[in-house]
Amino acid sequence: MIVATAAALLAAMTLVMCRALMGPTAYDRVLALNNIGTKTVVLIAVLGFLNGRPEFLDLALVYALINFIGTIAVLKYIEYGDLGAGSPPEGRG
Amino acid sequence: MQTLVDALSGALLAGGAFFLLAGALGMVRLPDVFTRMHAGGMTDTMGAGMVLAGLAVHSLASEHWGVTARLVLILGFLWFTSPIATHAVAKAALSGGVRPFTLDGNGDDARAMAGGEGPAGSATAAKGGASS
Repeated sequence: MIVATAAALLAAMTLVMCRALMGPTAYDRVLALNNIGTKTVVLIAVLGFLNGRPEFLDLALVYALINFIGTIAVLKYIEYGDLGAGSPPEGRG
Repeated sequence: MQTLVDALSGALLAGGAFFLLAGALGMVRLPDVFTRMHAGGMTDTMGAGMVLAGLAVHSLASEHWGVTARLVLILGFLWFTSPIATHAVAKAALSGGVRPFTLDGNGDDARAMAGGEGPAGSATAAKGGASS
């Protein structure tokens, strides 16, 4: 059953990757990438159980953190054009 | 006992796989970014939740408490960050000028409700305009 879940995860990741490649707007791509990241977290956990190495769960935890931070960073870059290191805030209005 | 554990975790894993595949199908088939968020949110909540719960049944039955604690941590973290990320995508898409898909072809009412247009939402409109 764990193998079937891993296969379903891979199939779902393939479908969402199609959306990330097709996506008409950048927001579709960001949403699809965030979704793929979540599926990757679950896939790492499932593979850890499949190989009998539950230490993989630590990697999954770190991957969940990095995925969230990365999504927020990419969204901020798309919305404002930089990550806040450039001009002061009053220069944008 | 072992049969019960296998049946319970098998049912949870199968349900999670169903939600994962249904959410992925929705990501491909639904018409615009806001409806796709709905499919993606279902994947994060039910798909990941049921799969990780099925794994937790295994680790609970073999009395690996540390593994169970890590699974609960991952699940709690996913359940906190997924709505935040989805909300951020929705806010960025609205202020970036994406029109929500409606049956009559325009999304003006949804944009006005979110403060993307009109005098009440001028701050959001100014922020969205600065990036373009």
